[in-house]
Amino acid sequence: MIRSIKHFIKSFTLFELFQGLGVTGKYLFKRKVTIQYPEQKTPMSPRFRGHHALRRYPNGQERCIACKLCEAVCPALAIDIEMEERADGTRRTTKYDIDFFKCIYCGFCEEACPVDAIVETHIFEYHFEERGKNIITKEELLAFGDKHESEIAKRKAADAPYK
Amino acid sequence: MDTLTTFLNSFLPEGLATLIVILLKIIAILLPLILAVAYTTFAERKVIGYMQARMGPNRVGPKGWLQPIADTVKLMFKEIITPTNSSKVVFFIAPMLALAPALAVWSVIPFWDGGVLANVNAGLLLILAINSLDVFGIILAGWASNSKYAILSSLRVGAQVVSYEIAMGFALVGVLMVSGSLNLTEIVRAQSGGLFGWNVWPLFGLFVVFFISGVAETNRAPFDVAEGESEIVAGFHVEYSGMAFALFFLAEYASMILISTLTALLFFGGWLSPFGTAMDDIPVLGFLMGDGFHWLLLKAMFFLFCYLWFRATFPRYRYDQIMRLGWKILIPVTLVWIFGEGIAIALGWQPWL
Amino acid sequence: MTFELFIFYVFSAVTLFSAVGVVTARNPVYAALFLILAFFTSAATWVLLEAEFLGVVLVLVYVGAVMVLFLFVIMMLDINIDTLKEGFTRYMPIGILVAVAVAAEMILVMKSKTFDRPIPEAAPLDSSNTEAIGEILYTEYVYPFEIAAVILVVAIIAAIALTLRRREGVKKQDQGAQIRTRKEDRLRIVKMKTEAKQGER
Repeated sequence: MIRSIKHFIKSFTLFELFQGLGVTGKYLFKRKVTIQYPEQKTPMSPRFRGHHALRRYPNGQERCIACKLCEAVCPALAIDIEMEERADGTRRTTKYDIDFFKCIYCGFCEEACPVDAIVETHIFEYHFEERGKNIITKEELLAFGDKHESEIAKRKAADAPYK
Repeated sequence: MDTLTTFLNSFLPEGLATLIVILLKIIAILLPLILAVAYTTFAERKVIGYMQARMGPNRVGPKGWLQPIADTVKLMFKEIITPTNSSKVVFFIAPMLALAPALAVWSVIPFWDGGVLANVNAGLLLILAINSLDVFGIILAGWASNSKYAILSSLRVGAQVVSYEIAMGFALVGVLMVSGSLNLTEIVRAQSGGLFGWNVWPLFGLFVVFFISGVAETNRAPFDVAEGESEIVAGFHVEYSGMAFALFFLAEYASMILISTLTALLFFGGWLSPFGTAMDDIPVLGFLMGDGFHWLLLKAMFFLFCYLWFRATFPRYRYDQIMRLGWKILIPVTLVWIFGEGIAIALGWQPWL
Repeated sequence: MTFELFIFYVFSAVTLFSAVGVVTARNPVYAALFLILAFFTSAATWVLLEAEFLGVVLVLVYVGAVMVLFLFVIMMLDINIDTLKEGFTRYMPIGILVAVAVAAEMILVMKSKTFDRPIPEAAPLDSSNTEAIGEILYTEYVYPFEIAAVILVVAIIAAIALTLRRREGVKKQDQGAQIRTRKEDRLRIVKMKTEAKQGER
């Protein structure tokens, strides 16, 4: 009895509705959490996994020794490597393709690499303009690495103590 | 206006001059209205965004102020697709049928004392009658789309609108009992005498019922089962695109503004200032605080904001609960209120007069 | 021809056209739409006669409510037009006969003495039609009006009583009870001691 009277009063004074309106009314004046993306960016971890790059040693020699560990570990089968022996007896890749449509950016290739050749950089804003361009070749990966080497090295150094 | 009429009369036949003046008046009402509709959509996205701790549209133009214009341009250039096996004539008539009543109602809305296109005696009845035509556009759109979702939505809307029209009508009966007139200007004049002369105080229950059923009439959240995107995609306008869709949009928002304005006129004294005539003698403040269009605008904008507030707050009603609310709660409430009001009037117990 | 007369002819023509459309339209939904148009234009004619209350009520009741339900039914039923039109020519003579009879009766009635009275002077423009009707309705004709109201109520109750049936064993939702439930009715909060993980202790 008391309960139904209570319910009656509660529903006819629209108590719960006003409660809800109060919540949204309060939020109207709260600080907005939107990040204005191109101008503002969220902080990024040095471990961020974005566009891939192949690195070189400071003397200009490619790091990759075509061990194919990355190819083996890649869960999406995105990496395709072919190799040969060069005249100087070193083992090098002739083909290092990454299909960016297959890649899931798990970072296993980077983990597997014994010589820190393949890395995932902090760059995630990229696009392809033609069909087939999603397969990034060795030359492109090396060029990308050369272009961003300083940044890559800085981020690797920042993350090194935790590895 | 009179000077314009006499000026036009000097070189035009008599009927034509009147016609031109009336047309000019219509344009003077509809143009700001359509602009208001455009910026209501913008306000809606902004307000709801802010209530969800977002920012809302802010890219097009300074602070996003050109967003509605960009939307309009986009809609105008989109292709209008007609579904196969649909009834083409009805398919195109439906959005017009939805829009025309929503705009026609504005002919009897007074904006300030005497500022009305047609000072009709039965203005309130006319509004009810024209408002009841709104539903045809939606029903026919649903039927003509040749889509299951659309017809389901139109059936829902039809039943809902017809049900809530009754509660709304009863709420209006209460208003006209107090003011003793169907003319909107008279109704507002009857509420003069400052804040406590307004109809809300004696008719508070009817005001609540009127606004709730107004929200239901315009198919807005939380009564927007017509849209029901979780179950019937977008309801009656799934098949509409481009300008035809824009017309439905326009009609919906024009009705929203209309219900807000009507609430302000019927229950909140329309253009009357809450301070009465107390400050009329002070030079600038007297103009601002005295009666005038700006008060109506302010009040209507508050109720329009309430619409958006409700949409940001309440989850959608279940359909059977909508029907229960309309028939079993709102209508009995209005009946009881009108009964009590009748007794009060018969006994001459009118504290608000 | 004055402007008013011109408007009258326009509305009358539209009314007639749509009335013919109601019976000739192949699609029942179109027929209903024509009926709406007919109602609307006749309401406009009434407004032209300064019977604005009647005109508005015609729109409000017939167009706004009755026709909506009408359209509902027509849309829900899948009416086969061909079977409906089947005996059209066969019944045509009878139909024409009935139409002629109705028209003749109407003309005879209109010609009778009851209607043969001078046209009343038009009320001044600012007089309220609604008020006048209300006054007459609740003073002179109050008993017929009340009786009509009672008959309508009886009809409503009868209609509800005829369609209302209680069925046993049907699953139904009671919205009132659903709304009235509180958290405590459905939710039981159990306090438990934390249990040790497997292998611990």
